[in-house]
Amino acid sequence: MAALRVLVGVKRVIDFAVKVRVAPGGAAVQTQGVKHSLNPFCEIALEEAVRLREAGAATEVVVATLGTKASQETLRTALAMGADRAVLAELAEGAAAGPREVAVALAALARRLQPQLVLLGKQAIDDDCNQTGQILAAILDWPQGTFASRVSLEPGAVQVQREVDGGLETLRLRLPAVLTADLRLNEPRYATLPNIMKAKKKPLEVVPAADLGVPAGPPRLRLLQLQEPPPRAGGEKVESVESLLGKLRHAGRI
Amino acid sequence: MAAAVLGRAAGGARRWRALAVPRRGGAGLAVDDTVNGLSAEQRQLRQTMTKFCQEHLAPKAQQIDQENEFKGMRDFWKKLGELGVLGVTAPAEYGGSALGYLDHVLVMEEISRASASVGLSYGAHSNLCINQLVRNGNEAQKHKYLPKLISGEHIGALAMSEPNAGSDVVSMKLKADKKGDFFVLNGNKFWITNGPDADVLIVYAKTDMNAVPASQGITAFIVERGMPGFRTAQKLDKLGMRGSNTCELIFEDCKVPAENVLGTLSKGVYVLMSGLDLERLVLSGGPLGLMQAVLDHAIPYLHVREAFGQKIGHFQLMQGKMADMYTRLMACRQYVYNVAKACDQGHFNAKDCAGVILYSAECATQVALDGIQCLGGNGYINDYPMGRFLRDAKLYEIGAGTSEVRRLVIGRAFNATFK
Repeated sequence: MAALRVLVGVKRVIDFAVKVRVAPGGAAVQTQGVKHSLNPFCEIALEEAVRLREAGAATEVVVATLGTKASQETLRTALAMGADRAVLAELAEGAAAGPREVAVALAALARRLQPQLVLLGKQAIDDDCNQTGQILAAILDWPQGTFASRVSLEPGAVQVQREVDGGLETLRLRLPAVLTADLRLNEPRYATLPNIMKAKKKPLEVVPAADLGVPAGPPRLRLLQLQEPPPRAGGEKVESVESLLGKLRHAGRI
Repeated sequence: MAAAVLGRAAGGARRWRALAVPRRGGAGLAVDDTVNGLSAEQRQLRQTMTKFCQEHLAPKAQQIDQENEFKGMRDFWKKLGELGVLGVTAPAEYGGSALGYLDHVLVMEEISRASASVGLSYGAHSNLCINQLVRNGNEAQKHKYLPKLISGEHIGALAMSEPNAGSDVVSMKLKADKKGDFFVLNGNKFWITNGPDADVLIVYAKTDMNAVPASQGITAFIVERGMPGFRTAQKLDKLGMRGSNTCELIFEDCKVPAENVLGTLSKGVYVLMSGLDLERLVLSGGPLGLMQAVLDHAIPYLHVREAFGQKIGHFQLMQGKMADMYTRLMACRQYVYNVAKACDQGHFNAKDCAGVILYSAECATQVALDGIQCLGGNGYINDYPMGRFLRDAKLYEIGAGTSEVRRLVIGRAFNATFK
C-alpha cells in the first residue's frame, strides 16, 4: 500500500475537570501544581488517526506538539494511545504560544514529513480558539474540513462530514488536507498498561521551535485580562404573561 | 468554557459533566510524581488509572457504599482486564503485564482513590489470588486458571481466616482429608473478600491436624466455584469497604482434585506467610489512595467554604490540618514506594512489608479523621464522602494482619538479629 502518513497535532492543557482559577495579576490562570492532560479534542483526533492506521488506510501516525519540556509527557500519552512516533517543537520555559505559532510549527513539520492528512482537535479547552486548523490550512494552502464527525479516506481524497443545524454536511477534499475533530467523531481509547510499556521504545524527537520558524517573542494573540464571570444573580418567577411583560418593560429590556 | 458546553452534548459524551463543585469532587489534586521518584511509564500508568477511575468508578462510589453492592463489578473487571492491570505481576504468557510491585501499588492506589472498597476487591483478586498462583502454581495450574483471572472473566479470592482463627491463623480448623485422587474439605472460612463472587479461590486447610508445630500441617488448595460441597453463606454487613463483598465459605465434604494442591503438601504455611508479606506491600496502596482522596476533597473545600469573612483554608488551624494530612501521605508514599522498588529488585523482607502497611494504615485513619474535621458539619453527613473514607481506612488496620500482628513481626525481626 502506498505510504499515507498522518500528522496529528496535540496540546497539553489544564485537565477538563479542574476548577480553573485566575492567577494573581489577572492576566493568566494558575497552572502551578495543577493537573494537566492531553486536550480532549486532540485525543479524538489522535484516536481517529490510529484507527485509520489499524484499518490499513494509513501507514504511519506522527504526533506533534508545540510546548515546553513538560509537553513530553503529553506526547508519551499519545504514543501509548498508538501513535508511531512523536515530535516536540520545544519552547523555552515560560514562553507562550497561540494558534498562529502552533500553525507555523505544524506547517514546517508538514513540509518536512509530507503527511497526506493533518488531524487536529477542533479547539483547545483552555483558550477555545478554534483557529489553529484553519490557519494551518491557509499557510499550507491545503483544503480544510473542520468539526469533523465522520472521516473516510478514499484514494487521493477524504470525505468529511460535520453536523450542522439542518443535518449533516459532507465534503470531499483532495489530499493532502487538514481536518479538525469534533466531539462525536469517536470515543478515544485508554492508554493500556501493555501499550504504555510498548511506547517506551517509540521515538520522541525534540526540535527547537525556532528551527521550525516559530518567531521568538510574545505570541501574536496576547491575553490582556482574565476575570471570573460575575456570580449568578437570583431569578424571579412571575405568575402571568402580563406580569412578565411588565417586568421586562420596567427593566428597560423591551 | 468548552467544558460547560460539552456538558450539554448528547451521545458519545461519555465524560463531559458539569463544572466541578467541591462536594462532588472533580479532577482531584495533582500528584507530584517527581518527588515520588516514579519513572515516565509509571506516571503514565497513574494517569491512565486516574482518568479511568474518575470516569468509570468515582461516580458510582457513593452508591456502591450505600447499597453494599457493586452492581457493575463483572463489567468493570473486564475493563480492568483490557487495561492490563489485573495481572500486573503475572508473566506475559498468561496475558499478564510482567511488571513489578511498584506498578501494582500504583494501580491499587488509584482504584482505591476512587473507591477503596473496589480497590480492596481488586487487591484480593490481583495479588492475593493471581500473584499467589504466579508464585506457587505449577505450569498446568497457571495455564488453567491465570488467563481468565487476568482477562477479568473470572474473579479470584483467597481464604485463610476462620470464625475462630484470625490473627492465630495457624490454628485454623478447616480439614482436608486425602481420599484417593481427591482431598475432602470440611469446615468454614470467614471474612473472605470477594467470597460471594469468586470463581477461583485459594484456600488454606489442615492436611495434618497433628503436625508439630501446627504450621507444618497446612496445605494450600485451588478451589472452584461449583465444586460439590462448597458454598458461600451470607454477605457480611460491614462498617466500611461496603461493596467489596465479604462472606463466610462453607465446606461440607467438598471434593477438591489432588492436582489442585498449590505448592507442596503440608508446606502451605510458606505459601501463606510469604504471600502475606507481598499482600501487605501491595495493599498499602489502599491507605495511600484513601489519603489522596481525603486531600482531593478537603483541600478544595477549604478554599471554597467561608467563615468570618474569609476562606477557611486561610485560618492557621486549617493550614495546620492541611500540612499534617499532606506530610503523612507523602511520608507514607516514599516508604511504600521504596519498599516496592526494593522488592522489584529481588530484595524482600518481612519487616518492611509489615512496616509499610502498619504505618500507612494508621496514618490513613488519622488523615481521614482530619478530613472529616476539615469539612466540619458537612464532614458528618453522608452527602460528602469523608465519612466513607474513615470507615474504609479503618479496615487497613485490621485486614492483612492486624496492626498488633504487624508490630510483632517487626519486633521479632529485631529479636532475631540479636539472638
